[in-house]
Amino acid sequence: MGYPHPIHSSETPVLSTHFGDAPARTVAGWQERGGYAALKAALAMAPTEIIDTVKASGLRGRGGAGFPTGLKWSFMPTGDGKPHYLVCNADESEPGTFKDREIMRWTPHALIEGCAIASYAIGAEQCYIYIRGEFTEPWSIMEAAVAEAYAEGVLGDHAMGSKHRIDMVLHRGAGAYICGEETALMNSLEGKRGNPRIKPPFPAQAGLFGRPTTINNVETLAAVPHILTRGAEWYAGLCAGNKKSTGTKLISVCGHVMKPGNYELTMGTAMSELIFDMCGGMRPGRTLKAVIPGGSSVPILNAAEADTCILDYEGVVEAGSMLGSGGMIVMDDSTDMVYEIYRLAKFYAHESCAQCTQCREGTAWTTKILARILAGKGTVEDLDLLLDLADNMTGKTICVLSDSCAAPVVSGIKKFRNEFDDYLTAKKAPVLVGI
Amino acid sequence: MNHVPVAEVPFEPVFTGPALAKLEALFPLYPTKQACLLPALWIVQETRGWIAPAAMAEVAALLDVTPAYVRGVVTFYTMYHQHPMGRHVIQVCTTSPCHLCGAGETLKAILKETGCRELGATSPDGRFTVVEAECLGACGFATPILVGNDFIESVTPERVPGLLQRYE
Ligand SMILES: Cc1cc2nc3c(=O)[nH]c(=O)nc-3n(C[C@H](O)[C@H](O)[C@H](O)COP(=O)(O)O)c2cc1C
Ligand code: SF4
Ligand code: FES
Repeated sequence: MGYPHPIHSSETPVLSTHFGDAPARTVAGWQERGGYAALKAALAMAPTEIIDTVKASGLRGRGGAGFPTGLKWSFMPTGDGKPHYLVCNADESEPGTFKDREIMRWTPHALIEGCAIASYAIGAEQCYIYIRGEFTEPWSIMEAAVAEAYAEGVLGDHAMGSKHRIDMVLHRGAGAYICGEETALMNSLEGKRGNPRIKPPFPAQAGLFGRPTTINNVETLAAVPHILTRGAEWYAGLCAGNKKSTGTKLISVCGHVMKPGNYELTMGTAMSELIFDMCGGMRPGRTLKAVIPGGSSVPILNAAEADTCILDYEGVVEAGSMLGSGGMIVMDDSTDMVYEIYRLAKFYAHESCAQCTQCREGTAWTTKILARILAGKGTVEDLDLLLDLADNMTGKTICVLSDSCAAPVVSGIKKFRNEFDDYLTAKKAPVLVGI
Repeated sequence: MNHVPVAEVPFEPVFTGPALAKLEALFPLYPTKQACLLPALWIVQETRGWIAPAAMAEVAALLDVTPAYVRGVVTFYTMYHQHPMGRHVIQVCTTSPCHLCGAGETLKAILKETGCRELGATSPDGRFTVVEAECLGACGFATPILVGNDFIESVTPERVPGLLQRYE
């Protein structure tokens, strides 16, 4: 079953099979659909065996960076006698991304099962799921599902009747995009301001409460039970020949398409097929102008680049951007690129944790200069200034929020320069007043 | 609305009875008491509607941190209210993906319907406070809004009057 649209014949439903299927939300409903068999099997395996299977599947982190999941798990120390933690990142706040929300709303037990398997694999008896504060509905569904999982003996001192303890706690965020960054999230969970930490030490050495920690995205963890049930080979085979990007990916599509929503694709699907076939294309009379393919933090693609872009980690890089979290923002010819880039810069300026000078000052000034341009008061030098600022904001800070603000600005000026010029030469009337 | 000046309201502790029990039930879930800070602040806000300086001091004492430390955390997170708000806080997403799909018009309609003169201000009848939110994680359902804890998808200007009717 699809949600909010029926499953398209070109989709490969794995994670989304039960979206829209409310009875899947109970333990019994989940078991009827084949759920918790993978957890049962996992608890009878050696942790290293699970890690090797996940490695062989080629699964890469779905939170944005695409880091190989099995490899990340293998960084966890063994036999150190310390408590280990698994943290599930359900902070989903990247503009354009809304997939983790659907996983939690429709298949909470898929996430609980994935978290339980991962916890066991990395030697953690405690898992924290950090859910953004605004996700009130996913929160209630997850809360009910975790309570039921305890009542049914799936979680607790003897998870699934085994001799292993797996505890799971939901933790509510309170409105801060930066808390999706893994070390900021750990600080937030510890009851601190959500400032990212300097790495090293990496979470596997000293993470949450200073102890060895693995942090994974919701979609990453939800894929794990399927890999154990259907095999690493099956998962690795889900691609279009590129063995570095395997499996299915939930792509959230929003903006100017006829049918926005989540689409689950085999890695290697063409972006044009997604936009023009599955999503029903542009609104009548409109044409495609630009796509931000990986959540708002990645470079903008123009229509020609989007047209030939292959949706997998390497394919999107080749097209000039990044797959990121798979949140695709589609813009048609009615879009004012300068305004949208300004609005994104404003987002980053609002969300900067302000620890790093380049980010704090850079995001604020980028926003001010773009506002000035939109108010009809910009000069040609402003574009150089924006690029100079962007250069200083890239690769120089504690986390990549700063780089994320620069990405749309630099690609926007490069690819849609004429739209900036229209404001600078008063060919276009100012849209912001009072600046 | 005539607010009683904050300083003149006698402070009733938040953490007595069920609220205290709720907080104490969280302690065993974390290795430090400080980790209960965000949950404790949520309890305060759910009970009182906002987080007063005296409540911050109360939380500080319960979690063995200083009031200044608690204030530092409160100010970091946009969902914690440091002032009294309307009975229903409406968060409207206006970030780019929603803006592309008309969030600006929806926001205007909400301001008009609630009678809130500007963002962050409470309506004269004390019913609503409207704030702009950054991406609410539902961009395919533009425009999403949160009214208190109610998450509502696909809000258009036309739907606004009907949707807000049931909030007293
Ligand atoms: C500013 C910023 C925000 C992020 N937000 C999220 C988020 O909301 N959800 C998420 O899973 N990862 C987010 N990430 C990525 C995480 O830091 C981390 O890489 C990820 O949770 C690891 O999980 P994965 O390996 O399963 O992808 C963010 C990163 C940065 C720099
Ligand atoms: S880059 Fe920005 S958000 Fe990241 S740590 Fe530095 S100031 Fe904070
Ligand atoms: S941009 Fe509005 S919900 Fe994401």
